[in-house]
Amino acid sequence: MPVGGLEVDDPGEGDLRWLLKGDWTTRAIPAFEPAPPAPSRRPVRVTVHAGGLTALDTGGALLLQRLVDGLGGAGVQVGVTGLAPAHQRLLELVRSRSAAAGSPVPPPAPEPRLEALGRQVWRHLAEGWALLGFIGETTSVLARAAVRPARFRWRALLATLQSAGVEAVPIISLLAFLIGVVVAYQGGVQLRAYGANVYVVDLVILMVLRELAPMIAAIIVAGRTGSAFTAQIGSMKVHEEVDALRTIGIDPVELLVAPRVVGLVLALPLLTVLAGLMGVAGGMAMAAGQLGVGFHDFLQRAPQAGTLSSFLVGMSKAPVFAAIVATVGCFQGFRVGMGADSVGRHTTMSVVQAIFLIIVADAAFSVLFGWMGV
Amino acid sequence: MGGEREAVVEVRGLTTRLDGVTVHEALDLDVRRGEVLAIVGGSGTGKTTLLRAMVMLLRPAAGTVRLLGEDVRDASPAEASRLRERIGVTFQQGALFSSLSVLENVALPLREHTALPAALVQDVARLKLSLAGLPASAADKQPGELSGGMTKRAAVARALALDPEILFLDEPTAGLDPDSASAFDELVLELRDSLGLTVVMVTHDLDTLWRTADRVAFLGERRVLALDTMRGLCSLGHPLVKSFFDGPRGRAARECAWKSG
Repeated sequence: MPVGGLEVDDPGEGDLRWLLKGDWTTRAIPAFEPAPPAPSRRPVRVTVHAGGLTALDTGGALLLQRLVDGLGGAGVQVGVTGLAPAHQRLLELVRSRSAAAGSPVPPPAPEPRLEALGRQVWRHLAEGWALLGFIGETTSVLARAAVRPARFRWRALLATLQSAGVEAVPIISLLAFLIGVVVAYQGGVQLRAYGANVYVVDLVILMVLRELAPMIAAIIVAGRTGSAFTAQIGSMKVHEEVDALRTIGIDPVELLVAPRVVGLVLALPLLTVLAGLMGVAGGMAMAAGQLGVGFHDFLQRAPQAGTLSSFLVGMSKAPVFAAIVATVGCFQGFRVGMGADSVGRHTTMSVVQAIFLIIVADAAFSVLFGWMGV
Repeated sequence: MGGEREAVVEVRGLTTRLDGVTVHEALDLDVRRGEVLAIVGGSGTGKTTLLRAMVMLLRPAAGTVRLLGEDVRDASPAEASRLRERIGVTFQQGALFSSLSVLENVALPLREHTALPAALVQDVARLKLSLAGLPASAADKQPGELSGGMTKRAAVARALALDPEILFLDEPTAGLDPDSASAFDELVLELRDSLGLTVVMVTHDLDTLWRTADRVAFLGERRVLALDTMRGLCSLGHPLVKSFFDGPRGRAARECAWKSG
């Protein structure tokens, strides 16, 4: 394509001739410098000759119009000749529309730091308040379902048990086993230095059953299932499906939230039992392989290592963690606004908040059990 | 609109299948430069599928599609990309990128495919929005804040970003109020006349058909059943075409169109 350009012909007397040539198109503009060289003295009259123009599109027309208007603004008489009828029409269209196109607005000034901090705090408080309201709504729906079980969505509950429970078995088994291996190995190295190899049993059982199994299971479920809850409900929200449910007279919390919360509160304790078993199995394998504590010795020692109380302490946390993951996941799903972008943002927030709250709750449990002396 | 002009889209013997179901079989269709061609037909006759095959979103099972003289089947990725820059497409739901503002949506193709300075990109994008009939205040909104009609206009502005030669519109007036729909019809005609665009649109809107379409391709039985002006189609004897245009709505739109000339 012929490169576009602008030639200036100066016959003197303050009369300038601008000769347009080549393609004046959006694609071709970057290849040439459309600004004419500054004339030696102020021109009185400029005639734009468009005979050499081979192509013009909206981008080129915008540029040409700018140049012509720039001259007109400087008090120069401008005339355009030789424009093809189609180009003439395009130039007129661009002229009429670019007046209405508006100009870039300057970005708003950054707000003062104190104001930004205040807004941030306010946003978090508002979100906390909304979460509290959501918990209340969910609780009241669950209470109603307890009175009238026929209203409960059993099919949705089973679907949740399948996707959040059964399908999580392989990944949770594998990770819990590996965690058991790591705990036994790291602890065992230290214990061996004192010849206290057999205490690896206490270490593994206490760590795994009491702390790590509930935590690992909850964190995996938060990443796998909590995020899925947010994305499912969020994309329903984007497509107005949640509003459609309301108009049909179905409470979205009853249909979408209650079965998910109940399903997860049932599934996560079971997954925690599995994680505990696999973690202890991992520890046992490591103890037998590296520390010379055989399976027989390990299992014989186990009852004295506080297995039952560790197990019960660990298990008591699981339903609470499950309620946190399910509630936060569903809550963030309902917070989704317009657009695919919002779904992604709230899914991230759902996982981050769920894991944060799980760790906070775990700390609270530690204080509580310490106080109770368990 | 007589006279044989250069065909910018040539579809020959097109066969498409979706999930094993044959949608089109040996379909032929030409789109001539500078015309507004409407594709109509009952639900499920593959109007959108035909559009997708034309714009290289769907690979035909058999047959050829020539876009601006090039066979899209043989096109290398680089050639296909160059061809895509010469066409503009809008989708039924607008498909504006929700993470970008309206202005950024229009500026995206310009940024991606031209070396224009950033300030000029902004100005060209604003001009395109204005060409599509959007007020200047819409530029800095998010797509979610736009009404249905404005979303369709913003989608047209994005499709026009690189000054394409052909504009493909999928149901441009569906879901618009009559006022916005007729304003959209005028927009299509104005763009065709002033920018020399060729427009291919899928539509159900009988008023739009009467007002804007130079020729109408009626799809049915997996091929183009009829290809003619609206007047020509209406006088056709084919039972499927007859039932489409001879319902109460079809008659009302026709009477309206004939009264207004």
